[in-house]
Amino acid sequence: MDALVLQKISKSIENKLILEEISFAVASGEIVALLGPSGCGKSTTLSLIAGLIEPDRGEIFWKGHSLRGIPPHQRNFGLMFQDLALFPHLNVFENIAFGLRMRRLAFPQIQRRVTEVLELVNLQGFEGRDVTSLSGGEMQRVALARALAPQPELLMLDEPLASLDRTLKDRLALELRQILRQMNQTAIYVTHDQEEAFSVADRIILMKEGKIEQIGSPYQIYQQPASPFVAQFLGMKNLVEAEIISENGQSWLRMSWGKIPYLGQSKGKGIALIRPVGAKVDGKEGLQLVGQVIQKVFRGDHCLLEVQCGAERFSFSIPCSPALPKEGETLSLSIPPESILFFGN
Amino acid sequence: MKRILRNTRWGSALAWALPVLFLALFYFYPLGSIVLFALQRLLGEGTAALQALNPAYFWRVFSFTVYQAALSTLLTVLLGLPAAYLFARYEFRGKTLLRSLSTIPFVLPTLVVAASFNALFGPRGWANLAAINLLGFREAPFTLTNSLTAILIAHVFYNLTIVIRLVGDVWSRLDPRLSQAARCLGATPWQAFWKVTLPLLLPAIFSASLLVFIFDFTSFGVILILGGPRYATLEVEIYYQMTALFNFPTAVLLSLIQLGCTLVLTIIYNRLSEKVTRPLPLAGQKRVLSRLSKPSQKFFAFLVISFLIAFQILPLLALVGRSVVYAGWERGERGLTTPTLSFAAYQEIFINRRASLFYIPPIRAIAISVAYGLMTVLLGLGIGLAAAWFLSRQQESAVLERLRRWLEPLILLPLGTSSVTLGLGFLLAFGKPPFDLRASPLLIPLAHTLVAFPFIVRSLLPALRSIRPRYHQAAAVLGANPWQIARRVDLPIIGRAVLVGGVFAFGISMGEFGATALLTRPEYPTLPIAIYRFLGQPGELNYGQAMALSVLLMTITAAGMILIERFRSGEVGEF
Repeated sequence: MDALVLQKISKSIENKLILEEISFAVASGEIVALLGPSGCGKSTTLSLIAGLIEPDRGEIFWKGHSLRGIPPHQRNFGLMFQDLALFPHLNVFENIAFGLRMRRLAFPQIQRRVTEVLELVNLQGFEGRDVTSLSGGEMQRVALARALAPQPELLMLDEPLASLDRTLKDRLALELRQILRQMNQTAIYVTHDQEEAFSVADRIILMKEGKIEQIGSPYQIYQQPASPFVAQFLGMKNLVEAEIISENGQSWLRMSWGKIPYLGQSKGKGIALIRPVGAKVDGKEGLQLVGQVIQKVFRGDHCLLEVQCGAERFSFSIPCSPALPKEGETLSLSIPPESILFFGN
Repeated sequence: MKRILRNTRWGSALAWALPVLFLALFYFYPLGSIVLFALQRLLGEGTAALQALNPAYFWRVFSFTVYQAALSTLLTVLLGLPAAYLFARYEFRGKTLLRSLSTIPFVLPTLVVAASFNALFGPRGWANLAAINLLGFREAPFTLTNSLTAILIAHVFYNLTIVIRLVGDVWSRLDPRLSQAARCLGATPWQAFWKVTLPLLLPAIFSASLLVFIFDFTSFGVILILGGPRYATLEVEIYYQMTALFNFPTAVLLSLIQLGCTLVLTIIYNRLSEKVTRPLPLAGQKRVLSRLSKPSQKFFAFLVISFLIAFQILPLLALVGRSVVYAGWERGERGLTTPTLSFAAYQEIFINRRASLFYIPPIRAIAISVAYGLMTVLLGLGIGLAAAWFLSRQQESAVLERLRRWLEPLILLPLGTSSVTLGLGFLLAFGKPPFDLRASPLLIPLAHTLVAFPFIVRSLLPALRSIRPRYHQAAAVLGANPWQIARRVDLPIIGRAVLVGGVFAFGISMGEFGATALLTRPEYPTLPIAIYRFLGQPGELNYGQAMALSVLLMTITAAGMILIERFRSGEVGEF
């Protein structure tokens, strides 16, 4: 069942359109990632859901009821800020207890709950610590614990791991997913890092310049990016200009150096994505590509080959073998049709 | 190489000795004289010396001083917080101008402030002029001068900007996400303010309050003129006891009380301001500022801005206006008149009306003030440069380095000492051999230099600290001799700071009243002394001249402050 529904939300800030008719839904217990480059409107979307700002147009529903006019403190949502916003005048315990105190819980209850969430984020015994004395990772955990403590119906996380280094980020992302899963927490996770989104979320909403570009599971999005922008944002290379033409009563996908039968519906000019995996050396099937090896990087189970073909440069990931050509040598590859994706204009 | 090293070491020692000698001779020696005087009396006459004094009198003066300062402080903070909030969180047209305008009262000499309120609510002020001429009152209905209300209003007027600047500064850099986080955790806007924003602002509010309290506690000119004989604080009582009654023992005891209190308050303030600078999660200014969009916000802004204009700017306009209006009230008459525009008060500046010994043409007072001001600039910059130069670099020898650490807090000491107490100390110390300076024209500039000294050093220090030794090395490698280095590297870097320090010295000297009032000789009045005398004399012309001279003094100090704001380099702390 959809718990949160955004219906055609628009918002301008200082005469600049930040969000344009955004609509999406989040199911109960689902973890959804809002993914996109900075400035695409992710954080504004969170502020709108949290009630820190009101939409210009459109409606937000929580379990069927409109949230319009309901102040943040009555929504029972949690928000974990990018810069954490831990209260510097309060210690760890008091920070986590803040939301519980606002709900006028009795002290023994507060104490029990704080201990509980501290255990959950693996910070037992940190109650009396000064928040300014914590390490980066510890602060993240305290912020998460503070957001989780009042058992918010919806938890929003705004780039929660942005300030951490890669290794810590990967570890905490997995840990975070585990905690959220364990509590069956409905959550919206904002990030600009696709790896983070892939490892945490059940579903991804990809945004660009105030609009939604694609919604889908990580697998769907990776397999079927809806646009060159999505493909590029996910770090895919090998995007080239292409065209669908009719020849001999058949549709063909034509690129500057060759063509291949096309079975899809698109027509006209567009951009083709050639996946780096799946190409075979000296194969007979599929699209034939001949080029010069510019660079060859050994990556253990596969080799990364940079290939120059005419004006274009491609990268392919091919199983390593002694038979692979060296740098400077010529390489001929066959690319299977399922590794080629066409985006019409 | 060794010789150069030894030379700089001697130079350092000299740079240290100059300010230390200055402070020893003109700060510690006068204050020590006050203590010594009290001790001698006590030893010479025993308890009889104490019995002659009336404890009830001291208690009355002390408690009133604390009472009016506390009340003034409370009002200042309560009225300043909304303005601090408006400036810290909202962007609106004319904000910078309004902020600068609201700073002007703080830098004005007390005499100008007192004269401004006199022009508004005094017996000859606008309020009474309007009441009699427009509303048909038969005599002046407003007797706001000679009242506690007048004192409180003037104190709030004076110190409001401290709260706006000190609290507003912290508030504007406070991350708004903290209160948003509180809202998301279930706090109402009020709860978010009480539980998060206020606790984080509290150190700033405390330290601003304390600073305001110190200023109110040692306030002199405002109380002397607006309070009248009934309301006397420690500071005013010292002055009365000295000038009217020549009662040294009472004045000395009052001074000791004053000194003790300000010392304790200053120590607490220094402790607190260290706390204020503790790292807060501060956001960049841009993210914090928002426009006034909701009607309630606009209404709030309207209220605050109207209050600031009415309260901070109206008295100054009243002063300027009153200086060019001839009310026609002569010799105690307060009847119906037709006020006319007149520049007589300004023309009178150049005329010596009465050939009396104690009457001085205003132009003479101006000349004396300017002369004292220039002497203060020279003395202050000379000693200040030496002190700042010594403080700005780590010393190579351990002894000098320890001296450097000692000197730094010493320099700020005069800030916390009331000027009347300083004046009394000067009278005691330099009224007799070995340092008999009673007749010296340097006596008053020396006192002014002492008052201005902390400001001068504080303006110079950041600039001198910004000269890295590398600059000198780079210039030397490029072929500059020491003289060229000083001229081409050091001077351009500290030039502006020297200008700022000089303007501070000049401005402070022009407006100084407390110490000057005690030290001045009748035939050499400064501008503030002349204003004070004119205010105390009957007749429309005298009143007009007090107004005109106040406008002149206000213009000089305001121009100086604008110059300082322009040339202040880098981020120097607010106070």
